Amino acid sequence: MNALRRSLRLVFETAQNALGRIFPDAWNPLLNLGALGFFFYWVVTVSGIYVYAFFDTGAAQAFGSVETMTNEQWFHAGLMRSLHRYASDGLVVVMLLHLLREFANDRYRGARSFSWLTGVPVLVLVYVAGITGYWLVWDKLAQYVAIVTSEWLDKAGIFGQPIARNFLSPEHLSDRFFTLMVFMHIAVPLIALLILWVHLQRITKPRINPPRGLAVGTLLSLLVLSLVWPATSQGPADLLEVPADIGLDWFYLPLYPLFETLPGPVTWGSSIALLVMFLAIPWLPPMRRASPARVDLVNCNGCARCFADCPYSAITMVARSDGRPFEREAQVNASLCVACGICAGACPTATPFRRATPLHPGIDLPDLPLAAIRERLHAASARLTERPRIIVFGCGNGVPLSGLDSPGVGVVQLACSGHLPPSFIDYVLSRDLAEGVVLTGCAENDCHNRFGISWTEQRIAGERDPYLRQRVPRERLRTLWAGPLGRHRLEALLETFAAELSRLPSLAEERARRRRELAEAGDD
Amino acid sequence: MTDLLRYVGQAVFYAVVVLGIGYFSQRPIYEHIPPDKAQILLSFSHGGARVEACRRLSAEEIARLPPGQRRPNTCSRRRLPIRVQLVLDETVIFDQVLEPGGLAGDSPAHAYEKFLVPTGRHRLLVRLEDRGRTDRFAYESELVVDLRPRQNLPIDFKADKGGFIFYL
Ligand code: HEM
Ligand code: SF4
Ligand code: SF4
Repeated sequence: MNALRRSLRLVFETAQNALGRIFPDAWNPLLNLGALGFFFYWVVTVSGIYVYAFFDTGAAQAFGSVETMTNEQWFHAGLMRSLHRYASDGLVVVMLLHLLREFANDRYRGARSFSWLTGVPVLVLVYVAGITGYWLVWDKLAQYVAIVTSEWLDKAGIFGQPIARNFLSPEHLSDRFFTLMVFMHIAVPLIALLILWVHLQRITKPRINPPRGLAVGTLLSLLVLSLVWPATSQGPADLLEVPADIGLDWFYLPLYPLFETLPGPVTWGSSIALLVMFLAIPWLPPMRRASPARVDLVNCNGCARCFADCPYSAITMVARSDGRPFEREAQVNASLCVACGICAGACPTATPFRRATPLHPGIDLPDLPLAAIRERLHAASARLTERPRIIVFGCGNGVPLSGLDSPGVGVVQLACSGHLPPSFIDYVLSRDLAEGVVLTGCAENDCHNRFGISWTEQRIAGERDPYLRQRVPRERLRTLWAGPLGRHRLEALLETFAAELSRLPSLAEERARRRRELAEAGDD
Repeated sequence: MTDLLRYVGQAVFYAVVVLGIGYFSQRPIYEHIPPDKAQILLSFSHGGARVEACRRLSAEEIARLPPGQRRPNTCSRRRLPIRVQLVLDETVIFDQVLEPGGLAGDSPAHAYEKFLVPTGRHRLLVRLEDRGRTDRFAYESELVVDLRPRQNLPIDFKADKGGFIFYL
């Protein structure tokens, strides 16, 4: 499973980087798959409502009404019909890519298994919606879909009278069944939407709308496709003729030729096995779960910064329980916590400067406490023999860090780039632990923990608590956001950064200069 | 890369994606059955005769029943299996005994069988026996038909309409 995940991740990273060359970072389609899913869903909904207004329910009328849309009303209803079909196909494509990508990026296990598990019924319902949709046109494809679906259901052997007998001959066909399909085609997507809402329950500020540029590009290209190559029907259904050469929608119906020919136990056995496997994937194998973040009330003043920064809604602010004169305190819901440490990076009490007292922030990761990170920082700094010395803070989810240490470069590993309280950067430079600091992690817009990069950038820019202090010389700080393929970029950056640093005056000289300036300012 | 080139790149990307969507939403064509074949679809739901006919109970038998369940007749609801045969141009291509449905064997038996046959002129013979006899069939129908390529010929059975029904 590990090897599969890693190779899939490389495929995604390569494709992402390629798209990154033509798309602005924020618009990269591969970084917006969930949001694109919602976008397609809305296009399908709007075009579906429009088409429904011109659709006649009933086995005898349906085909004719759809033909009228495509031929006589091609410039509105026909266009909407094409949009409806192609956006449904787009939905399947981005949904499958989305789930593959969450898998490849290992974002489906542990606390995140909730999102995976709630995704599975959506997957099934999207397919049911598509299949019932093709049924409604009542052309040759619909006939094929109706017959193969009902024969497949009959193979389960739990229905008395075979359902497929409803499609035996024109005399057997009834509008009742048709009405049921129309109902399902409307109800199933609504249920899917409801489950999608649940799907996002454990995600803070989910990105459900693609950036405008991407949305416009997607809609425009769907429109062009619909005009150039409108969706058409494949001749009226005729139960006295076997639908022979069928243009299948391979996004929705790729398994139909198999379902049709394989015996019941095989199709049902593999369908059930596939479903069970999908549901079991988060435990194949289970994640070695890092211990969830822990609140230390003695150091928590109830400021709610951790609450605001947690990407997985794992923190709630509750009434104070220890009698100290604060209104609230942070509380971690262990089952939601992915141990990213972003909360520790947000806590104002997480400052490395007070060396007299042990470093105990209000909230911390038991498996990788900030005290340990400070220890490692000191150790890494002590190992550096070559100037300029550079400390790299990185998460290892993005740019790989192993083997990067050298006489001039010391690596300190974090759980996430957002795990690092900005005061640590100040600490490195003002305590003379290194001449420069590099922060690195996942690719921009692709943070493994969703907000690690955004929060870090905002903290450095002074837009989000806790700020990186103004006095920190920004020319001694570099950030590199790149995926697993970004190692050579990091190495190149380290090289140029070292060259730049060696041209700067030493830290001691700089401090002396600043003291002089302050003194002069005082004299005036 | 210049902005213009990037926009061109995006346009190319979108074009490739929607071409893929447009193509695979209806191609490649799936050949469901070969052009020189037609299909016979034999399907019906029919209950065979009861295993035993209803019979009057004797006075002693009635007396033996619990007071709440005393009645003058007894009827086993179990049905007999049905035997069906399909003969195409003197060859028996289907000959099966269908068990009744339902847990107690009291529901109709169901058939749903497809046969791919060469197109052209054929003599079809369908037979059904629902009274448990082995030496004859209660129903028999014959059809001489010129099957078109990819024609579907459904055959149903309804006892109250006199037997087999061919839909042409
Ligand atoms: C139409 C279908 C779907 C839509 C529209 C959709 C949408 C989304 C969105 C918007 C997010 C939040 C992304 C973010 O803001 O970081 C998300 C997360 C997620 N989705 Fe889906 N999803 C769909 C189907 C699925 C399916 C079928 C699966 C898997 C079986 C799945 C697995 C996940 C997982 C594991 C996450 C969590 C990622 C994390 O924890 O960072 N989704 N989905
Ligand atoms: S470690 Fe991450 S997921 Fe857990 S509480 Fe802190 S911010 Fe939230
Ligand atoms: S950021 Fe720290 S001090 Fe503020 S509520 Fe969270 S744990 Fe408490």
